[in-house]
Order: sequence, then C-alpha cells, then structure tokens
Amino acid sequence: MVPAITADKLTKKFGDFTAVNQITFEVQKGEIFGFLGANGAGKTTAMRMLNGLSRPTSGQASVAGFDVYRETEKIKKHIGYMSQKFSLYEDLTVRENIQFYGGIYGLPGREIRHQIKELIGGLGMQEYANTLVKAIPLGWKQKLSFSIAIMHRPEIVFLDEPTGGVDPITRRQFWEMIYKAASEGMTIFVTTHYMDESEYCGRVSIMVDGRIAALDTPRALKEQFGASSMNDVFLQLTRPNQHGS
Amino acid sequence: MKQFGIFIQKELFHIFRDRRTLLILLGMPIVLVLLFGFAITNEIDNARIAILDQSKGEMSQKITQRLLASGYFLIDENLREVAEIEQHFREGKTKMAIVFPPELQENLRRNLPTQIQLIADATDPNTATTLINYASAIIGRYVQDQGRGQAMPLQIHTEVKMLYNPRLKSVFMFVPGVMTVILMLVSAMMTSIAITREKELGTMEVLLASPLRPAMIIIGKVIPYILLALANTVVILMLGAFVFGMPIKGSLFLLALECLLFVITSLALGILISTRTESQQVAMLISLMMLMLPTILLSGFIFPIESMPLALQVISNIIPAKWFIIILKNVMLKGTGVEFIWKESLILGGMALFFIGASVRNFKIRLE
Amino acid sequence: MATTQAIQVESLSKRYGKNVQALNQVSFEVGRGELFGLIGPDGAGKTTLIRILATLLLANEGQALVNGWEVRRDYRKIRSHIGYMPGRFSLYQDLSVEENLHFFATIFGTTIEENYELIRDIYVQLEPFRKRKAGKLSGGMKQKLALCCALIHKPVVLLLDEPTTGVDPVSRQEFWEMLKRLKEKEITILVSTPYMDEASLCDRVALIQKGNILSIDKPAGIVSAFDKPLLAVRTNDMYRLIHDLREFESTHSAFPFGEYVHLALRNAIWPEAIHAYLAGKEHTDIEIKPAQATIEDAFMELMTQE
Repeated sequence: MVPAITADKLTKKFGDFTAVNQITFEVQKGEIFGFLGANGAGKTTAMRMLNGLSRPTSGQASVAGFDVYRETEKIKKHIGYMSQKFSLYEDLTVRENIQFYGGIYGLPGREIRHQIKELIGGLGMQEYANTLVKAIPLGWKQKLSFSIAIMHRPEIVFLDEPTGGVDPITRRQFWEMIYKAASEGMTIFVTTHYMDESEYCGRVSIMVDGRIAALDTPRALKEQFGASSMNDVFLQLTRPNQHGS
Repeated sequence: MKQFGIFIQKELFHIFRDRRTLLILLGMPIVLVLLFGFAITNEIDNARIAILDQSKGEMSQKITQRLLASGYFLIDENLREVAEIEQHFREGKTKMAIVFPPELQENLRRNLPTQIQLIADATDPNTATTLINYASAIIGRYVQDQGRGQAMPLQIHTEVKMLYNPRLKSVFMFVPGVMTVILMLVSAMMTSIAITREKELGTMEVLLASPLRPAMIIIGKVIPYILLALANTVVILMLGAFVFGMPIKGSLFLLALECLLFVITSLALGILISTRTESQQVAMLISLMMLMLPTILLSGFIFPIESMPLALQVISNIIPAKWFIIILKNVMLKGTGVEFIWKESLILGGMALFFIGASVRNFKIRLE
Repeated sequence: MATTQAIQVESLSKRYGKNVQALNQVSFEVGRGELFGLIGPDGAGKTTLIRILATLLLANEGQALVNGWEVRRDYRKIRSHIGYMPGRFSLYQDLSVEENLHFFATIFGTTIEENYELIRDIYVQLEPFRKRKAGKLSGGMKQKLALCCALIHKPVVLLLDEPTTGVDPVSRQEFWEMLKRLKEKEITILVSTPYMDEASLCDRVALIQKGNILSIDKPAGIVSAFDKPLLAVRTNDMYRLIHDLREFESTHSAFPFGEYVHLALRNAIWPEAIHAYLAGKEHTDIEIKPAQATIEDAFMELMTQE
C-alpha cells in the first residue's frame, strides 16, 4: 500500500537558519500521527511544506501520492485542514459556514444541502444551525470545524493544535470523531504541544531544533525513556541537560 | 510624580519606536502644505475667456488689456454675436465670457450707470466664483483708477472688494485649514488610537489593576501628543511664512494659546471616542468619519460656509474646526487681538469642557 | 488582618447580558501562602472570577474579599497590593525587557532594586535578553517577564489567569517550578488553568465548569473521591472499543484516555467477563488492567453528575 505521507530528508532553510533539517518519516493510510515539538522546533514549517504552502529547500516528500514540489494544487484538493484558531468564520452562521466550505471544495449544491443536514444532525447541533459561530460554545466550534475539514472526504486531514481549552468530555467526543474518521480510512496528522493529546495518537514524532528526535508509538517511547507520560518523554528530549539531575 | 514621568517616557518610546507612524505624523503636514501650495491650488492662472465686445470702443479695449495684464486670463476668442457664447461654453473652450454692451462708451460718456456682463461656466462653481471675483475686482480697480483723473467718478457696478488678501492668494486660505486638519488628526485620531491600542493589547487591563489613577493614565497618554501637535503647528506656520509668504500679523503668543486651546478640544474628543470604542480600527473609523470629514468639508476650509445650504450652515456651528479657522484667520491675516475673537475662543473652550466632562463620565475604572 | 484568609469569596454571581451566567453562587476561601488552582475549561468562568478579584469587574451578587479588603469599595487598596497577570500577554511589545520591568516597578511606586530578591530566580533567565523588545521574546520568556512585572511590587496575593496556556511543556514545567518557589516566600497564589494535569501541582484546587464549582479539595482528595472501579482497556480497534464498552451492561462510563479507554464500572466484576465480552465482539490484542483515577476522571464524573 502507498503511504499517505512520505518525507525523505525534507529540509527548509530561511537564509542561514535551518528550520527543518532532513526529516524522514512515513505515515500510513488510516493512521493517527502525532507531530510534536516545542514552539519554534519547526513543526509549522514542516506542515506547511506538506500542505503545499511552502516549497522545500531540499529533500523529497509526497502527500496522498502527490509531489510537494510539482503537484501542490492536487495536494490541496486531497487534504483537509483544521486549526483551532482560523477555521470558521465567526460572523457566519453554522449553516453558512458549511455552505461556504462546501462551495470552496466544489461540492455540487445538492451535495451541500445533503451535507448541511447530515453534518448538523450528526453533531446534534440543530438548535445552533442558524446561530452565528461566534455565539456557540468552543467545544461545538471544534467539532464543527473538524466535520467541515473532512466534509469533502479528504485522504489526509491536518489538525493544528486542535483541542486546547475544552472540557474533558467534549475533548473525548472530539477524539472519538477522529477515531471514527481514521477507522474509515482517513489519515490524521495532528500537530500539538499539548502532550497528553499525543497519547491518543497511533505514532508520534517529536521534533527538536528542526530534527525528528524520536518517532514511535507512545507506549514504546515511554518504555524507551523510562517515562510515565509523554510529557516526561518530551521533557527529557528537550531538556536533556536536566535529565536525572 | 515619578509614576507620571515614567508613563510619559513610555508613551514617547511608543511614538518614537513606531517609525512609520512617526514619519507620517511629521511628514504629512509638510506634504499637505506643499501639495495645497503648489498643486491643488484654486488660484486662477491663464484661464481662457471669451470676449464679446459690442461697444468696440476705447473703454472696452482698456478693460480687456487690464484683464490680460493681470496674468489670470487668456483670451481664447473674440466673439461676434451673443449666440456664439453658449456654443463656446458647450465646447468647453472657455470658462468665462465677458460681454461689453454696445452702449458702454456712450453711457460712460454721459455718466450713466452701465453693466458689463460676466458669464461663467458654473459646472465648476468654485472656479466660476473665483473667476467672477477676479474679473470684477480688476474691472473695479480700473474704474477707480479712471475716476481719479475725472471730475465725476465713472459708474460701473462691481462691488467686490478683496480685503486682507488683495492678491487673492489661496495659500492664505489653506494654511489655516491644513493646520486645523493636522491638529485634529494628531490630537483626536492619534490619541483615540493610542488609548484603544492599550485596550486591544490588553495592557489597559494591567494598568487598571495597578494603583495608577485613571486621570493619570489619560493625561500621561495625551501629553506627548500635545507636544507633537504643537511641533506640527510650528512646522506649518514656518512653511506658510517662508515658502509662501503668509503673514502672521497678530501676536504669536495669542496664536500659540489658541492653538493649544484647539488641541485640547481635539484631545478631549479623541479621549471621548476612546472611552466608547474597544478597537483601534473602530476608533480610527470614527475619528475619520465624525471628525476629519466634517473638519475638511464643513469648517469653511475648502467650501465657503456662506454658500452652504442652511441646514449645513447650522451644523457647521458644532464643528470646533470652524471656530478655530475663524480665529486663525483673524489672528494671522487681520492681526486682531483677543477683543475680536473672544467669542469664538469661548465657544471652543466650552466645547473642550463639555468633551472633557463627557470623557470623565464615560471613563471606566473597571473593564465594563 | 493576619487572621483573615487571603481570599474569601461568598456566593459570588456574575451575569453578562440576560442569558450568560458566567458565575453562579461561587464560594471558596484561599488561605495565606496557599497555591490554589482554579481548574476548568474555557468558558467555565475562571477569567471572570479572577477579574472580579482583581477589581476589574463587579459581581452582580455576593461578596469577595482580597486580603480582607472588599473588592468594590476598597479597590484602590487591592490594586496596590496584588499582582495580576491577565490571560493574554499584556506587556508593551515595543519596550525592552528592562524597560517593561522598570515601568511596572515605577507605577507601583517601587524600584527593581528594592524587590530584586523576589524576582531574582526568574529574572536571571531573562537577563541575557534584557535589551530585547518584549514582542521578540519566545512564549515561555514572555510569561516569565510578565510574572516578574506582576511580582515587582511584592504583592501579598498573586492572581494568574491561565499563565501556561499556549506555552510548550518545557516552559510550563519551569513556570510551575517558579510558582513553587514563590510559595515558599509566603505569597498567596491563585492560578487558573484549563490543563487538568496541572491540578496536582497545587495545594488545593477548585474544579469549575459553566460558572459552578464542582468540587474543592486537595488534588489527592478529589481523585480519591472517585469511588467507582476503574479499568484501562485497549484492543486493536479503538473506535469500536469505545462503543462496544458503552453497550456493556456493567459499564458506568467509557472514555478514551490516551492509548487506553478508561472504563468505570457500576459494580466490581472480573476482568475476564469484559475480556470475553470484547472477544465476542471480535476485538483482538485485548489488554485490561486496573487504572488509577486522574483529575480528569474525577472532573468528568462530576460533570456527568451535574
């Protein structure tokens, strides 16, 4: 099977500064892949290259089978993207947001109408259908933006810091949606610096100073570092000098 | 006092570190004055006119020569009959036509009142008015000169006098206007933006939760802008005086005081705006729409208040800039003292007090 | 004065407009020198509560005292004696590290030198960047500077609104270490956070949700109040597992917890019964083990009881 994402010595330099330094990894279809790193470790830059928003300096990568140098437009058609900060238009209603994104991804009118019904019904947010997005609770916003991000059935969905700040139950409902999408074959690529979120991922990579410092299942990483949580793993990797002191 | 000092210092850091805004604030007055002075001038220069001389006498010839000698006018064509006038205007060849009646020579000789007809293309009313005024003035002066040598003064009806600005230089009109706009901009808009910026960035929250008194926050924020506004005033006046020869006949001290009064009025308006808005963007829009536009349009800076519809004339009374422009013209061009402008100054002072009062009432010592 | 609590809150309610009840009859006390955590998701009312205590908002009902002073009447006294750090980074981005600190020291009527002792541990980390503009600092450094500015006048009570939100784990940990050291200097600290795992770093916590306090206790007390048998379960198919467990007859609740599902049971049963049930549902790689409840388990339990 062709991997959903492959990166081979992918590198991005800004002048003298190497933001992403020869990262190599593969993400399988249907996998939930956590992409971790401290602020400034190069996560965002790496993700932009995979999204086709930023041209790599060197190395190879393909997303959904398309090349990140030559086929960026095709990549954009086959991925979904959700960020906690920018996904929805606050001054449009829930229905209008769905309509808008349906239009952007070129879904036919009949399909959009069907999706509006399906999506609002599926989330159980009928009472909010005609409410402005800014007036609905944060938890609903996140579930809605995820549903919208996967509305056009992308092969891969990129989640950028998806669940900060919501209550633990809503957060789990959100992860259940992600599990559902993954069980249907969608590949999930999550960046976060919220460490317990990473424990939900199938495999995680941890970036430190532009390099991938560790890549494995959370369980194996915890074993390898003798840590009780991913937070400890992360701290050991990013603060090696203080380890054991 | 130490708290106050550091606050002003901080404010000056903000102003001087934001190079781009500072450049705009200091550069804009210069650019505006030069623009108005050299480019967007409503002075008349070589305006094309047509002349229909039905009298064909010595008098009409001399008046025509006078008009041409002024440098304002250029003869486009000598017409032969009345019907040609309209055609000329339609073709847009000329801005004004002068008609000397057949009886001109005769009437003057017999000392009867005579009318010279001035017809202007009023599709551009400002230019039309200016042209008519210029022509009337020149004709009037000619008639006066003629009158001196004769026993009986000639009687031609042109009752326009151009006092205080005998050469009709528009520099004298726009220097006070530009000064008013700049002071309004720096004082009202910049303070309202500076205060809402603290709200937007959340630093106002920290200041409110500190022992600083609200009045100190406000005064600390406006003092640097008073200085900036006064610096602009000096620059504009110097440009007006040295580049365009604009006189300052009245007392400089009085002028400075009046500027300060207007700056305080504008600052109070800016503070009032900032107490009612939460974002810089809204503050800027309100400042532009509610302060700058009326200041430019309704203050008499560009359009004479006398020629506005009555409703706008009434509204113009609540525009601080209107009163300030009257004061400026009085002090700078006429050299009048405080005895002739105390009423306008009092009105401005009253407005300042009102706005300060409203700001104090609206200023919140908490977040809501 | 010495006998009063550092913070006393009594039946505090706050509404925004007609419909939004931000705080609903909230009562609690914070003792002197205590590190008290306010734990809850966004929209729980944490910011509103802290702002009321910082005298920046007025409550609709109820009473609140900070260091014995009433928040409405004695707001000027409170403002001089508390340190407040809002949720958003609220320093001057165009001023340098040093200038910011000097500014805040002066407006509180003190100097950096006078209270340097208090901030020294934190400030030494900032010292190399003291000429740098605050806007150019990293997220963690910004938080440290903000903390220094809130501390520079030696406040008796420190109010911190979500200081660790959006900060990476390393900086978060460092920040909590700093709070621990401040506690030793007898400064009362009220800190809010949406991260449940930070609860264990506080002396006592209040769990707060939709304007209501769900529980107030020591972190260990909150966890031990979770009295249902708890198991951690995993199989090859996470998504089906959650749903299958919810349909299991003895299940009280089933929530994903990292790579496991936390299964709370109505009554204690043998793990073999669950194993058999899951095997019957065609799960493979089944692993079932006893689990230690966390603050999150307790929080969710309290939420569902509401």
